[in-house]
Amino acid sequence: MHTKSLTELAHGLRSGDFSSVELTQHFLNRIKKHQDLNAYITVTEEIAIQNAMAADARLTRGQVEPLTGIPIAQKDIFCTLDIKTSCGSKMLDNFIAPYNATVVEKFNQAGAVHLGKLNMDEFAMGSSNETSYYGAVKNPWNINTVPGGSSGGSGAAVSARLAACATGTDTGGSIRQPAAHCGITGLKPTYGRVSRYGMIAYASSLDQGGPMARSAEDAAILLQTMAGFDPKDSTSVDLSVPNYSEGLNNSLAGLRIGLPKEFFSNDLNSDMAAKLETAINEYRKLGAEVKEVSMPNLRLAIPAYYVIAPAECSANLSRFDGVRFGYRCENPVDLSDLYTRSRGEGFGKEVKRRILMGTYALSTGYYDAYYVKAQKIRRLISDDFKNALTEVDVIMGPVTPTPAFGIGEKIADPIEMYLSDIYTIAINLAGLPALSIPAGFINDLPVGLQIIGNYFTEDRLLNIAHQYQQVTDWHQHTPKGFE
Amino acid sequence: MEWETIIGLEIHTQLATQSKIFSGASTAYGAEPNTQACAVDLGLPGVLPVLNEEAVRLAVIFGMAIEANIAPYSVFARKNYFYPDLPKGYQISQMDHPIVGVGHLDIEVDGETKRIGITRAHLEEDAGKSLHESFHGLTGIDLNRAGTPLLEIVSEPDMRSAKEAVAYMRKLHELVRYLGICDGNMQEGSFRCDANVSVRPKGQKEFGTRAEIKNINSFKFVEKAINHEIERQIELIENGGKVVQETRLYDSVKDETRSMRSKEEANDYRYFPDPDLLPVLIDEAFKSQIKANLPELPQAKKLRFKTDYQLDEESATILTTSRPLADYFEATLKTATSEPKLCANWITGDLSAALNKAGLEITDSPISYERLAGLLARISDNTISGKIAKQVFEELWQSTATADEIIAEKGLKQITDTGAIESIIDKIIADNQGQVEQYRSGKDKVFAFFVGQVMKEMKGKANPAEVNKLLKAKLQG
Repeated sequence: MHTKSLTELAHGLRSGDFSSVELTQHFLNRIKKHQDLNAYITVTEEIAIQNAMAADARLTRGQVEPLTGIPIAQKDIFCTLDIKTSCGSKMLDNFIAPYNATVVEKFNQAGAVHLGKLNMDEFAMGSSNETSYYGAVKNPWNINTVPGGSSGGSGAAVSARLAACATGTDTGGSIRQPAAHCGITGLKPTYGRVSRYGMIAYASSLDQGGPMARSAEDAAILLQTMAGFDPKDSTSVDLSVPNYSEGLNNSLAGLRIGLPKEFFSNDLNSDMAAKLETAINEYRKLGAEVKEVSMPNLRLAIPAYYVIAPAECSANLSRFDGVRFGYRCENPVDLSDLYTRSRGEGFGKEVKRRILMGTYALSTGYYDAYYVKAQKIRRLISDDFKNALTEVDVIMGPVTPTPAFGIGEKIADPIEMYLSDIYTIAINLAGLPALSIPAGFINDLPVGLQIIGNYFTEDRLLNIAHQYQQVTDWHQHTPKGFE
Repeated sequence: MEWETIIGLEIHTQLATQSKIFSGASTAYGAEPNTQACAVDLGLPGVLPVLNEEAVRLAVIFGMAIEANIAPYSVFARKNYFYPDLPKGYQISQMDHPIVGVGHLDIEVDGETKRIGITRAHLEEDAGKSLHESFHGLTGIDLNRAGTPLLEIVSEPDMRSAKEAVAYMRKLHELVRYLGICDGNMQEGSFRCDANVSVRPKGQKEFGTRAEIKNINSFKFVEKAINHEIERQIELIENGGKVVQETRLYDSVKDETRSMRSKEEANDYRYFPDPDLLPVLIDEAFKSQIKANLPELPQAKKLRFKTDYQLDEESATILTTSRPLADYFEATLKTATSEPKLCANWITGDLSAALNKAGLEITDSPISYERLAGLLARISDNTISGKIAKQVFEELWQSTATADEIIAEKGLKQITDTGAIESIIDKIIADNQGQVEQYRSGKDKVFAFFVGQVMKEMKGKANPAEVNKLLKAKLQG
């Protein structure tokens, strides 16, 4: 059952081939069997069975939506009523939210089954899932390598079929990079397409939730439920949501693909370049035209990001002070001690590093030189994309510089780690939608192809990804031992 | 040496919205601690602020009233600092792009009008309260107030004395209540003041170093705190010392200010635009809609009262200091069809005195405008004299009866029947021949004696004008 697509699962449930309870139990068994992957922080077995029973009743009544009875899992950054939401941090190891994130609420309405909460880098800060308080997640393709991050648990769980599909969030590549490393399809929607309410903030102007699934077809079904305006999120956009499944089979004839020369420079690993070239050739065969574009400011994306994101996080994470919820140090002697030790003991190294960087960048005397300048660069980068997207319909490129790296390989070198996101970060700064689809293997490790579109063209991106997946089978591969 | 004082005020007004500035929780005062704080106010993880449009509307009303530029584009920023009653570790405020720009307010001191500049007014959220009593050495946190909308109104350093500062504060207090944007309740903290005070030798151009006095919450304390601070600074300088830039706290019990923190200890608030909120865009349509519904402002109302009702400066000023008082006046006048002057005198005189004595506001007056109008009508049509009216007024204050009921019940109807008055006068003249002689020999003062006698005989109910006229005629023989 776990190899079936969402459409096939929905069909199986509707035609009575299996019940939601059976399907859910099957996934729960797999989660237990493969718990050494460490993909889940919390498995909500009882809730899952209850959800499945309710879904079965709904199926009998015929009140069915595409996700009714389908077992899914949430990145542990989405707040869930009465279920622990840790955000991968010791700080929130004891935190149970009194509300559901809007996204979670939507899945509940749709009748999806809640399997549990997925591992992640602490507060979504990391590119390898190694910063999690709950330990590193292993990549199902090679358990000595990382699944990517910060949505590493989501990437591993979908890849190893420990959930039919999952949610992720992407601030600088946190959906696309683990999707690439785990050989699945991950979409970061346009900023404002999916509500951020109840999604614990890392960098508010960049964070965006999105689907992580086995195929573009599945991602379309997931996004359909996630997307839409939310009055509780002022930055969500009040724009109608198209039917994402409807246009999947549209022709790609005449599609204009742009390849930024800055992405395909000599710095790009030659194996990676070869895989991308093969993938782009498939698109040529599907009728697309390919041309080179230039985005001269792309090289500034990493420094700009590492000012803006830490600046926002330094304020976003101030609420974790040991006063009202979350971790509190033992026997504080006074207020300053309460703050210092609660935060000092509750946060991990990478989180502290980013809070410090952000605090510095916003300080009097440095604000103009760092924060204001970074915002200017952000505008330049957005303009680069806007200009390029007048010449072409989509931009394609790598997701990551290399396939998944080894656990422990980069964790001691933050700069090296930050460079893992060199191809994804600029897209967040511009607020554009982008997805990662499997495009082959290097040394038995999956590599991803990134497709970047104009604002609110998720439907077109999914169509482009789906057409590729009709002529290739990279997305059908399952890691050994998880078939 | 002669010294000049420079004062600027920052006034925090709580805007009279039903719900908080970024959440749906109620803003009502006095609830059980932490019962009016929702997930957003508590700063729980993942929650997001959504701007209350009503707070924007009230800020724009204020901006229009002080003839300020309303920013078409204003931005919320995060002001970062740690404090237990600040749930998010930052306050959402406005920094570089406030909603209200440069405006002004005219004050009157010692008969002179002075224009005080207003630098800006910006929207922000209030913090919660830290309660240090009754927690056995610990601190209790009440977050009911967290997220209450505030409009911080920052003046130019245009005031030169504590008296001017108080006049400005009173004028502003009057204005925000007039506009209905703030209840002005200072005891509940709806209207709070910080004062920036410095001194300089008279004639010097540069400002001296200023000290900021925090949270002075009554007009009386503002005057005392500023005067105390002026004295402190002058004494310090004259003794060879230097004023340091610092924040000071006023202790109303000891009547002194003391240092809270120096400039060096001051927080670096690390302001930056709040990415959770979009910039506030205000278009002409929004503004003109507000403008159309803007209440008449005190100055305009005062002018109208002077022209339309022929009131003197003093009455017009008193009646227009508060909107409810002005409304009461106009409502009374409309019902009574009495002389505006008479109506103004009763409201600014007897009624105000009685209210003051009882510690009541006009809105809580035991005498409704209808009942006062009933009294004025009987004065105007000569049913009762001014003196009797005072007696009726007392009854009105004590009971719920109308003036007519009181007059009828107590038999206070004025006697205007000349025959009745004449017969009494004749009797008095007959009984007091000695005084008649005195009057006729030129002692005019005795006239008052006769008036008194007649009124006494008639229990005050005689029409005084009529008594005067008849007495004069009869005494002159």
